[in-house]
Amino acid sequence: MSNPVNLTIDGKAVQAAPGTLLIDAAKQSGILIPAFCYYEGYSLQAACRMCLVEVEKFPKLQAACTLPVAEGMVVRTEAASAVQARKTTLEFLLTNHPLDCPVCDKGGECELQDMVFRYGAGESRFTEVKHHVDEKQWSPVVYYDAPRCILCYRCVRVCDEGMGVTALGITHRGAYSEITPNKGDHLNCDQCGACIDICPVGALTSGIYRYQTRPWEMEHVGTICTHCSDGCKTTLGVRNNEIVRGNNRDSTGINGEFLCIKGRYAFDFIKHEDRLQSPMVRRNGKLEEVSWAEAVKAVAARFAEIKAAGGAIGVAGSVHSTNEESYFLQKFARQGLGTPHIDHARSGDVPALIHALAGKTDALATADSLYHAKAVLVVDADLSQQHPFLAFQVRANVRHHQAAVYTVTRGPVREEQTAAKAVHTADYLAGVRGLGEDLKKHADLVIVFGDGIKGAAVGELVAFGDSLGIPVRYVCLVDYSNSRGAMDMGLLPELGPGYHPAAVRGMSLPQMAASQDLAALWVVGADPLAGGKRLASGKAFVVVQDLFLTDTAKQADVVLPSASAYEKSGTVTNVTGQIQRLKKGLNIMGAKPDLEIFGLIARAMGVDAGRAQNEAVFEEIRKSVRGYNVPLPVLATGGAAQAQPVNGRVDVLPDPELVRSAGDTLFTSGSLGRYSKILGSVMEAPGALYKG
Amino acid sequence: MTFSPELEARLAKMLESYPKGRERAALIPMLMYTQDEVGHISKELAEEVAKRCGVTTLQVEEVVGFYTMLRTKKMGKTHLQICTNISCLLVGGDELWQHASKKLGIGHNQVTADGSISLEEVECIGACSWAPAIQTNYDFHHYVTLDQLDKLIDDLRRIQ
Repeated sequence: MSNPVNLTIDGKAVQAAPGTLLIDAAKQSGILIPAFCYYEGYSLQAACRMCLVEVEKFPKLQAACTLPVAEGMVVRTEAASAVQARKTTLEFLLTNHPLDCPVCDKGGECELQDMVFRYGAGESRFTEVKHHVDEKQWSPVVYYDAPRCILCYRCVRVCDEGMGVTALGITHRGAYSEITPNKGDHLNCDQCGACIDICPVGALTSGIYRYQTRPWEMEHVGTICTHCSDGCKTTLGVRNNEIVRGNNRDSTGINGEFLCIKGRYAFDFIKHEDRLQSPMVRRNGKLEEVSWAEAVKAVAARFAEIKAAGGAIGVAGSVHSTNEESYFLQKFARQGLGTPHIDHARSGDVPALIHALAGKTDALATADSLYHAKAVLVVDADLSQQHPFLAFQVRANVRHHQAAVYTVTRGPVREEQTAAKAVHTADYLAGVRGLGEDLKKHADLVIVFGDGIKGAAVGELVAFGDSLGIPVRYVCLVDYSNSRGAMDMGLLPELGPGYHPAAVRGMSLPQMAASQDLAALWVVGADPLAGGKRLASGKAFVVVQDLFLTDTAKQADVVLPSASAYEKSGTVTNVTGQIQRLKKGLNIMGAKPDLEIFGLIARAMGVDAGRAQNEAVFEEIRKSVRGYNVPLPVLATGGAAQAQPVNGRVDVLPDPELVRSAGDTLFTSGSLGRYSKILGSVMEAPGALYKG
Repeated sequence: MTFSPELEARLAKMLESYPKGRERAALIPMLMYTQDEVGHISKELAEEVAKRCGVTTLQVEEVVGFYTMLRTKKMGKTHLQICTNISCLLVGGDELWQHASKKLGIGHNQVTADGSISLEEVECIGACSWAPAIQTNYDFHHYVTLDQLDKLIDDLRRIQ
């Protein structure tokens, strides 16, 4: 603030930077000027007339949302004339409004309700018949009830500017104006539901939440979405142990209000009818339901036998489990079972990046860097499809800071709409090198890369970054909610927690599957035998912990039903290394969290792998995993703690050939996606990458 | 979709008169002049204009829905607009409207069977000083009497 402007708002002396809008200046000094159409972060509309304020020496009331502050301005936000104007505006907004608040989803958290409560307008002078239009369904997730709409254009702008989709518009005029979807009578879009959340009234409603509950009957549980690796916070609305909605209206978490269809709606897999409810043990060739005690005993006894006989035990960890679970699993496996054969489905070459960045500080980007960097280079990723939140950050950066975006991809991506340069090639490094001269011009750069850059190519990419002579930070994209954590926790045959080389190099997942001698395979939340693959070793004892009867579980000797991310607590690490807390949203019967299951097996085997309890395990992680010594209060209050960059070489690099992204779109989510009916129900599903 | 060479030339010149990247500024004139040639704004025309102005078809529909001068329905060769807003109403605008409607046998936003004339009851056309006023396509007629209206309609029928 070089030369701040001095003004008076409601008798309070206020300073603001030149060019600040009056509504923002008031907000900064704790004075809330009501508004419907004004929305931070999006373009100005000046459509609703709610923010009218009295400004001395102005003959008429002024719209605070578009008026920049000026020296000596004297503003009265609640002057009698302003209050009267708002009351009249509200009376006008209510002329065709159905006043169906008692059944409206928004009742109780509606901005129109709040404003009418505050300014009155309890009586209407309009005696004409209300103009009515029947509600419309635009997609399985979006419904529109035109009479409730106050035409604030928030949905239109969030879709256009925020999502880059431009699926909504307003057609006709005056009292007949209506929001119209891009396909006339239906929507073809990301189905993210941002328009529904941003709607100040109940005009846009969600297919899964509408008419389910009153807002005040829910508990609001802030947790982390379990689908992709972006780590968006989703606040679950839980009623009677059932999730009825997901949103993030309180803007906490790294994602602010952003969520995609997965975060807002795709939690329905937890109540899919195929969800496993009871442990099962194979008897006479068939899986039979048994008690937990019996199942745990069967696993512990067999593991103990195999361990005693020196048989090879393979362990496959999960990309959705918490850090605590992954850490405990590898510790239990390495120390308790004495096996080095640990792996998981790898989707990005994080160890290679950490190795290549050895000796550098501040070289790992966060979700925030994507919003602030002067330039962003996306290599081999359809960001809007695979990492919708990171793509949202980049779009916001372009909108607010005019960032330069460059893409090097094998096909068209949405980022190209605003890209400074877009290159289509499968030779990613060559494509990147061709942009060298352009990239050098910028003050700083974030490079986001997918699985097309792995192994030695990661080192070459970092060398290229060094050659630019500007600060460069990196994001190595991975697929799922805790793919990054699984690697950090050492679910790798070559590396233990914190990328320390494992004492003994174990077998990778394909090697386990191909091994003739494998005596046991313990699969936690993974499906290595998907598609009916068989283990080479016919005698292997297979234990599967999962939500569903996966292809691997069908071949298992013991199946243990596990809890989903929404049913347990713990921490997860997102794609940019930000650690966040999962908060248990609901209680379940039958299934148990993986950590609890590990504890039961360890106890039954008489193995001491430490306490199988979140806080105890996380304390151990903080002490022993490089980068995880993060401040606990940040986590405890639902914040994101940045894992400190691992500033050192990784002595043993895992085989890059095993790094392969599943290539999920906005509407697929690996095996979880198959059990989410809402993801499968939208017209756009399953979608495709590189279609622009 | 292509237009006559004259119109194409006009559209090309129009797009050049705005700064690069602001092609959307040409949206309204482009819609008006292409409507004159095509007759109405069909889905196909909306898509074509959207493409040329670099906006989505929905954004074109937003504009078309807002302005009454842009029509999605085919109108007559001559579009006869009669103002019945306050200034014209006070000096016989409504009588003109009733007369034209009866004589042509059509109502608001309807077209005669032969497609020669369409009728529209419009709000103010900005000719209050010369009320009552009517408009045929881009031409204004001032201080219109019932006789003059009769003659105008007969003439319009004849030229088609």
